[in-house]
Amino acid sequence: MRVLAALSGGVDSAVAAARMADAGHEVTGVHLALSRTPAATRSGSRGCCSREDAHDARRVADVLDLPFYVWDVSERFQRAVVDDFVAQYAVGRTPNPCLRCNEQIKFAAVLDRALALGYDAVATGHYARREVHSDGTVTLHRAADLAKDQSYVLAVLTQQQLRHAAFPLGGDLKRAVRVEAATRGLAVAGKADSHDICFIPDGDTAGFLADALGSAPGPVVDGRSGRVLGRHQGVHGFTVGQRRGLALAEPAPDGRPRYVLGLSPVDRTVTVGPREDLAVAGAWTGAPVWCGGEPVLPLDVRAQYRAHGEAVAAQVSSADRAAGGSQPAEAAGLSVSFTVPQLGVAPGQTIAFYTGDGGEQALGSATIVGTWRP
Amino acid sequence: MRAYLDHAATTPVLPQAVTAVAAELGHVGNPSSLHTAGRAARRRVEEHRERIAAALGARPSEVVFTASGTEADNLAVKGLYWSRSASDPRCRRVLVPAVEHHAVLDAAEWLATTQGADVQLLPVDGLGRLDLDALDAALAHEPDRIALVSVMWANNEVGTLQPVAEVVARAQRVGVPVHSDAVQAVGQVPVDVAASGVHALTVSGHKLGGPPGAAALLLRPDVAVTPLLHGGGQERDVRSGTLDTAGIAGLAVAVEAAVHEQPQRRARVAALREDLVARVASVVPDVLVHGDPDPEGRLPGVANLGFPGCEADALLMLLDARGVDCSTGSACSSGVAEPSHVLLAMGCDEHEATSALRFSLGWTSTAFDVDCLVAALPEALTRARAAGRLSLRGG
Repeated sequence: MRVLAALSGGVDSAVAAARMADAGHEVTGVHLALSRTPAATRSGSRGCCSREDAHDARRVADVLDLPFYVWDVSERFQRAVVDDFVAQYAVGRTPNPCLRCNEQIKFAAVLDRALALGYDAVATGHYARREVHSDGTVTLHRAADLAKDQSYVLAVLTQQQLRHAAFPLGGDLKRAVRVEAATRGLAVAGKADSHDICFIPDGDTAGFLADALGSAPGPVVDGRSGRVLGRHQGVHGFTVGQRRGLALAEPAPDGRPRYVLGLSPVDRTVTVGPREDLAVAGAWTGAPVWCGGEPVLPLDVRAQYRAHGEAVAAQVSSADRAAGGSQPAEAAGLSVSFTVPQLGVAPGQTIAFYTGDGGEQALGSATIVGTWRP
Repeated sequence: MRAYLDHAATTPVLPQAVTAVAAELGHVGNPSSLHTAGRAARRRVEEHRERIAAALGARPSEVVFTASGTEADNLAVKGLYWSRSASDPRCRRVLVPAVEHHAVLDAAEWLATTQGADVQLLPVDGLGRLDLDALDAALAHEPDRIALVSVMWANNEVGTLQPVAEVVARAQRVGVPVHSDAVQAVGQVPVDVAASGVHALTVSGHKLGGPPGAAALLLRPDVAVTPLLHGGGQERDVRSGTLDTAGIAGLAVAVEAAVHEQPQRRARVAALREDLVARVASVVPDVLVHGDPDPEGRLPGVANLGFPGCEADALLMLLDARGVDCSTGSACSSGVAEPSHVLLAMGCDEHEATSALRFSLGWTSTAFDVDCLVAALPEALTRARAAGRLSLRGG
């Protein structure tokens, strides 16, 4: 195969590219330039946007003797990922930009261009497994290293995208990958893991959003009494389930902590209340993406609604057959009923569905647009 | 075998230059030292200086060695600006054609953003040649406030020669010094510093068969420039720093050879280029040829070709995989291809400015290189055009 290896400058993508080359594929390394104004060096816990990362990616390609190019995807990344991130927060939702990047950039713009240029696949350092079946279909599974598993942020890929993806690290532990990088003489072997959001290098998401969205003050309201407890500088500073940083002068009557229960950007209201009021029995979603055709619904699944959250038992059905509550008008997708009520489920989050049995195979995903109470 | 078609980026070092560098590295001695070893080193440097001056129609005292063409350009642009604005604070205008190399453009832009310069980018015509009427208009307006004009001898992206003599004649009438970046021109077309009348001229070793890291600014002694580097006061206090005796030895050998062989090389390389352009046109009928088509108005070895419907960086990558080395206009520090500022200034639209490749021939080029390109191009172009509809920028 002719393989395009996306080299972020980190250890995972480096070993992924090395393994593809070892397997006899004709590999070309490409570093995706995500920002037109990259920072000079890595700082904090950021991801893959600095010049230093581009340099590290180039040195990986040198050591592996791969052709290497930088592809400028900054405009698309800005529109599809950064602008979307800001826009989602502006309407009170909590998006996952890594997932949007996989869906819109790595396995869309980059994959499409790679295929047109004569490549057969795009390889990345994601921790997830692909299984190719005798009929040619490809299924997506959790990585062997469950602590690093990234199938959640890949559950947005269609069958066509999965067929042209390669995740060479899915069967290994991160620890082993680092050892292998060192053995191969790759200088990135000891480089810190990237986490958080790559386009917010200092990790200050609230500050980034405040810069992008400005100040939009409004009331903080008690969800039960309806009383105004305080003021805030913008709903984008909060996520559902948040406990810290509410800065309320008046403690709850029972002295227990209060949590953000809901965000209403239209009337700029942040609703707070006790932990038990966070519980939701189910969620409506937008149109789903199924990694392999659409399954027969309703279906018992394990559902995961945070990148590093636990998958919980749930039943998925079409939204038009949903039970309970009044569904939002935009719910053109699914209705997901949790077997046990869940805390911290919020609109904008992606909910990924795994097979009900072992919970290893990712079936697909959808974006939550609304929730209902028990 | 690969086809190297990027001589304008850098060209193979001449064997005699390699020998000269190696021989010089075998000697000890700082040319600034007072003892025997130092004097011997100084003598060799001065002999090299004389050879370079003789080859370029300059006096030895005019040769200021630098570590790169970029440094020489910066020294000329910033040094002239600082010197002239220091003696007359109103003298803050800098005139440069919009197609200059970034070593001049970015130096001028830096002067504008941090040093109070008033930089005027002069327009060019569709061939990339400076619009002399625009220059006249610029020079007619408060000429005593113009610190300098910097105009390249030949454009590095499209090869068009600039009307340096006309620029000098006009600037002289109003007493404005002229710098010319001749990095692409020396060894390709005749360059005579004295005859040209320029006050400062940049030449770089690695573009003409010398080692990288050796370059010079030919600077008339009557022109004051403020130094970029301060220290030991080498190079008549204009450029401090221990002289790179080995690089200078290689530079001298290469300049001499390039100038000596220039007429024959120009004819041979120009014929190869004509062949390249004609054969590419035969397999790509809609190819655009940027720059001056007249052999007298251009560098012999540069062919800047536009391939409608594809992105140059994709085509470069596919040609690279098929054994052909060529270039997009310019790339940022991280390696991202940028729309060519030269083609934009020539009136090309954004798409044309991102769909052109530069093929540049040099002293080692043969018909084989052209054969390789013509063999690789059709399939690479088909793929690049398929991908061109899936631009990473657009959509």
